[in-house]
Amino acid sequence: MRHGIVIVGAGEAGARAAVSLRENGWGGTITLIGAEVHPPYERPPLSKVLLTAEDQPAAPLILKNGQIKDYAIKLRCGSPVTRIDRSHHLVSLHNGDVFAYDRLLLATGSTSRQLNTPGVRASNVHYLRTLGEGLALRSKLRPGSKLIIVGGGFIGLEIAASARDRGVDVTLLECAPRLLARGVPAEIANAIERRHRSAGVKLEFDVALRVIKSESGRHRVEFSSGGEIGRIEGDCIVAGIGAIPDTELAARSGLAVENGVKVDAEFHTSDPDIFAVGDCCSFPHALYGGRRIRLESWRNAQEQGTLVARNMLGAHESYQAVPWFWSDQYELTVQVAGLFSEGDETIVRKLGDAQLYFHLDGGGRLVAASGFGLNSAIAKDIRFAERLVAERAMPDRLMLGSPNVRLRSLLASY
Amino acid sequence: MTTPGADANNAGWIVACHIDEIEREDVIRFDHAGQTFAIYRASEDIYYATDGLCTHEQVHLANGLVIGHIIECPKHNGRFDYRTGQAKGAPACVDLCVYPVRVDAGKVLINIDYESADEA
Repeated sequence: MRHGIVIVGAGEAGARAAVSLRENGWGGTITLIGAEVHPPYERPPLSKVLLTAEDQPAAPLILKNGQIKDYAIKLRCGSPVTRIDRSHHLVSLHNGDVFAYDRLLLATGSTSRQLNTPGVRASNVHYLRTLGEGLALRSKLRPGSKLIIVGGGFIGLEIAASARDRGVDVTLLECAPRLLARGVPAEIANAIERRHRSAGVKLEFDVALRVIKSESGRHRVEFSSGGEIGRIEGDCIVAGIGAIPDTELAARSGLAVENGVKVDAEFHTSDPDIFAVGDCCSFPHALYGGRRIRLESWRNAQEQGTLVARNMLGAHESYQAVPWFWSDQYELTVQVAGLFSEGDETIVRKLGDAQLYFHLDGGGRLVAASGFGLNSAIAKDIRFAERLVAERAMPDRLMLGSPNVRLRSLLASY
Repeated sequence: MTTPGADANNAGWIVACHIDEIEREDVIRFDHAGQTFAIYRASEDIYYATDGLCTHEQVHLANGLVIGHIIECPKHNGRFDYRTGQAKGAPACVDLCVYPVRVDAGKVLINIDYESADEA
């Protein structure tokens, strides 16, 4: 390879790929290009400690203490890539810079889905995906101020918990009849709802927004819910209504796109010299019959970035990791291993105050586990369940449901 | 009954727990004087101790899985060899502090002065 490797996107996946390229012996050029002005940073703290800390915390950087220099990563922050010239193997940046590549990695991530309610302007609705957006939201969370959150997904709920921690009055509006309809089983969603209500969060369900009116820093949201018209006022509106894979550059370059940049299980796009990983790509997962899925979680971005580096250097490793994510709210954590939506049957394991559910498919195979409670109560069990999912285990239902049966003992590798 | 911290035979040694409080191939949390530790029992019944928090972020390792001689951080996939404290890959790249351990009359003791003693 004469020109080296270019990585478009300096988030978790892109930064991990850069590190992994070096750790796997790549001695050529690595150019890591980020659209944001910041060096690569971790996103999970943006909805938590960045909002709750008394004093503004330092940006949670991924590459620490001279790692960028030690790994000889050419970092280009603050200018997005505007064009890929596949026939000449060139990428062009908004600022006019051009880089040649032998192998290219797209790790462009995802962007926040935007509200399209009448009255929405760029200036009156916050989103939370970037450090810049986190700092902007942080500056609005003053004790006693009123925050309106649109969307009862993980981002909205984590913001709600952080805002209550700061003494902010919080109202959360959700369009579905319950929280986290796609993310967790109803039992867990109900427990999360109870925790938020006990913290003083006001929740409205089945909400359809009608109009947002903003005047001199005050906002009024009108909505309908169950045939009634509701109105609330606030100092700040933040929307967390989902993410859209950032595929524009790939699509414009003629790469196949299908709910994300379309890649195979080794992360090849439809161009043999271009790979894609992280939130921006959809890939076939062997655990789910080779069905194409797209994931938006920290660990997925990290593991895909780490693995793709080896494939860019000539390996042929398929990505088979069990999807896993967590969400911290107040003192509690939600964790899901596997895809809970694949389950047809739910087995409960009673754990005192915590909740743990196992999800089996029609054939009795464990496809997911979900838990809610103190991290110390559920973390180990979720991790064992993740291993059982990876083993395609068909555990005995009674054993799964008995708290005194150690999950470790159900592992084939035990 | 074991009273953590109250049974020091020598300077720096404190009682962390009873030997049966940890299952084989598992880990528990032990707090003492504002510090938090992780105490391990390997499958071969040898006990070990490290700092209680992952070096990558402030997460209690005692909530993680022990697989062989590896402790896996419950949040971020960081892995350490708990016998040596050595970090075994991203995102954790800083090793854990380890502490000397001995077992005496059914109790697990750790020496928390080890670090400063080492430097002296």
